[in-house]
Amino acid sequence: MASFTLNINGKKQEVDVDPSTPVLWVLRDHLNLVGTKFGCGIAQCGACTVHLDGTATRSCMLTVSMVGNSQITTIEGLSEEGDHPVQKAWLEVDVPQCGYCQAGQIMTASALLEKNPNPTDEEIEMAMNGNICRCGTYTRIKKAVKLAAKS
Amino acid sequence: MTLVKTKIGRRAFIRNTGLASGGLVIGFSWLASCKMTPEQVNSLPKEWFELNGFLKVGDNGMVTIMSPNPEIGQNVKTSMPMIIAEELDIAWKDVIVEQAPLNTDIFTRQLAGGSQSIRQGWESLRMAGATAKHMLKEAAAQAWGVSVDEITTKDGVLAHEGSGNSAGYGEMASAATSIEVPEEVELKDAGDFRIIGTDKKNVDGKKIATGQPLFGLDTYREGMLTAMIVHPPAFGMKFKSMNAESVMSMPGIKEVFRFEAYPEDVERQWSDGGAIPELVAIVGNSTWECMQAKKALNVEWEEVSKLESTSYHNDELAKLLEKAQEVPARQDGDVEAALKKASKIVESTYSAPYLAHNTMEPMNFFAHVTPEKAELLGPIQTPEFLEKTLVSRLGMPAEKIDVRMTRMGGGFGRRLYGTFAVEAASISQRLNAPVKLVYTREDDMTQGTYRPSYKVRFKAGLDEKGNLIAWHVRGAGTNDALIFENRFPAGAVDNYLAEKHSLQTNVTTGAWRAPRSNFIAGAEQAFMDEVAEAAGKDPLDFRLELFDRAINDPVGDPEKNDYDPARYAGVLKLVKEKANWGTDTGKARGISAYYCHNSYVAQVLELEDGGDIPRVENIWCAVDCGIVINPLAAKNQIEGGIIDGIGHSTYSALTFENGKPEQSNFDTYRLMRHSEAPKNIEVHFVDNGIDPTGLGEPSLPPVIGALSNALYKATGRRYYEQPFINDKPPLVG
Ligand code: FES
Ligand code: FES
Repeated sequence: MASFTLNINGKKQEVDVDPSTPVLWVLRDHLNLVGTKFGCGIAQCGACTVHLDGTATRSCMLTVSMVGNSQITTIEGLSEEGDHPVQKAWLEVDVPQCGYCQAGQIMTASALLEKNPNPTDEEIEMAMNGNICRCGTYTRIKKAVKLAAKS
Repeated sequence: MTLVKTKIGRRAFIRNTGLASGGLVIGFSWLASCKMTPEQVNSLPKEWFELNGFLKVGDNGMVTIMSPNPEIGQNVKTSMPMIIAEELDIAWKDVIVEQAPLNTDIFTRQLAGGSQSIRQGWESLRMAGATAKHMLKEAAAQAWGVSVDEITTKDGVLAHEGSGNSAGYGEMASAATSIEVPEEVELKDAGDFRIIGTDKKNVDGKKIATGQPLFGLDTYREGMLTAMIVHPPAFGMKFKSMNAESVMSMPGIKEVFRFEAYPEDVERQWSDGGAIPELVAIVGNSTWECMQAKKALNVEWEEVSKLESTSYHNDELAKLLEKAQEVPARQDGDVEAALKKASKIVESTYSAPYLAHNTMEPMNFFAHVTPEKAELLGPIQTPEFLEKTLVSRLGMPAEKIDVRMTRMGGGFGRRLYGTFAVEAASISQRLNAPVKLVYTREDDMTQGTYRPSYKVRFKAGLDEKGNLIAWHVRGAGTNDALIFENRFPAGAVDNYLAEKHSLQTNVTTGAWRAPRSNFIAGAEQAFMDEVAEAAGKDPLDFRLELFDRAINDPVGDPEKNDYDPARYAGVLKLVKEKANWGTDTGKARGISAYYCHNSYVAQVLELEDGGDIPRVENIWCAVDCGIVINPLAAKNQIEGGIIDGIGHSTYSALTFENGKPEQSNFDTYRLMRHSEAPKNIEVHFVDNGIDPTGLGEPSLPPVIGALSNALYKATGRRYYEQPFINDKPPLVG
């Protein structure tokens, strides 16, 4: 066990965990931030995507000891009132089916738009390829990303 | 309007008599998980009045509607309450939806499966809304001293034109609780629907987009322990021994033990299929600590039955295709004789591998079992059957067992089999502690309950004019006999023979989105194209000819045929028009149609140029599911089914080597990704006012046929083996 001070959603959080613990499980099991999902544990599905200093990062393979002073943003911290343009676009297009993958999809999409406010279809697909949606909402996700880019 | 007897579970209308005020104040469980603005909190009613088990009306006119069925992403949590709200005549914005707990006294068929929630819930949901509306009207009539027949309702307001009286539902709610439940109620005519048939967004949409706790895996309780299981690494193996000492000292680990979730005397339900009798449990403080212990734990296994490999399954299935069925599943005319005199014979064999369900949210369940009661919470498609098994497993009466459903991160049939919940309850009972059982992705993918592996051979005979005179289908599957003998083209061909075999194996199988149809539809519709080509006919016209035959002069007893040829032809004609079938777009196109789960679907699929497996560019989809409750969500289901069908038939497979699954996570098990998804999907509904049927499954099966047929046009080669990505032409030279 070791103590870590993490910067999550703009707040400092203390945790006492094994240094090998992935940020995903620190968020879920220790900080009650369960919006970040577990899907595969090997950086293949994107369900656990968070922003690490603004970059979409798979938290299931990011150990707590690697974070240092970096800023972590989770789906809960993406916006105060759930009104980030990407979240609004998701509601407008009514993207989710089961909804389980969607926090990860939204985190990847919002990081993409931050860096590239006007992505082409191909750029959207490439950026989003690490996020699986088992329910097959891919066409709606693309539509929502484009809608968010416009606003 | 239609008058109907209120025959749905009368007990749904027995109100809680212990309430002196006639009202019922409920806990706002949904408040806990949803941040509300002060205005929203202020707009909440002070008191709720329960008019029947499906709904309660607040003193301010807001209505809480219980959504009875499990939500797996098929969107019933929005569409089922829409049906109640329609007949209640309330404005949708005034509706709050809650997931109902398991309660078989009130609700019928609390199950998610077979695309049946809407179809089988239709009547009772309408009655629930209509009876409550009637009671509110009756209360108003008494209050105003007027005849109930003169009272009208709209958007939660009662009005009496003659006297000029009007009141919101909230004002009459208290009085309505003491009104007699009517023996008969009036249901609206479809033409008067104001909510049904309009786009309504997912009621959980905001919570999903903001990461609120909704799913079973999001359950955390004071003092809760995390449990994981270790199951045999191969089918045909069982637990022998282990060395638990070494991991007991690892940080956070509380218990490691062998256990039986299903001792021999447990009365099993069908939903317990695939149960692994003996497992190892690792229980600890946190998920990561349990995962570490799981990796470190040394378990020895022993062989108890044959360790089967994919090559064995394939060989055995191929052998079955050489074998006649003793008594054929269906036989019309004389196929053998017809084939002898046919001027052309077409014959092909199609196959598909095992598939895992791979719900995005792995199996998990929360259980807190004490000597007094059992609390179960999690993702389950069959809560009623789970409760029955728990009664036997825990040795407790059903009244002491409370099963609640969370929103599910996908189902696809996997969560029909609630063995994981029984495992969680068994562990909790043993430890007398609250426990959340969590499967890793590897546990989930290698545990079993797969879509069976299949092979089918078709043989068709054509006469000199290109008429279909014989159709022979013989199919085989692992633990599943594949063929629906009374589906199309049964009834449309004079000489028809359907035979089926099941290969017993120890790899467990179960329902996977559109069971059997998910393979046989694609195979049949691809073969239909081969036959149309041999007949020199347009594949769409060729199908329509067959439906004409089934409409005008059906073969055999038409009652036996499991489809309505007119509705089948209807979706084909609609998609023909929408896709401009027959005009040359310069792109490879395929067509397909199928009927399953009471709905009809036809698709035209168009490919981009180039690539090993060219990408799907456009899909036109025509659907006949009767009345469409929520078009926005209905289209989502159809799009999802299409993507699911294309994705799995193109990329996915689960194979075995000596009983061991060779894929265990998404690095080796390939699922479709964004850049491989179809670019455009257009959905059109047949507008016929027929009672609604479901959409969770029907769009998946046919699209595999449409894809095969388009691939043939693009590459000149027929694709017989799924996944198509592996179905490469033999190397020459
Ligand atoms: S859980 Fe991290 S990528 Fe799948
Ligand atoms: S919505 Fe279910 S996995 Fe994406």
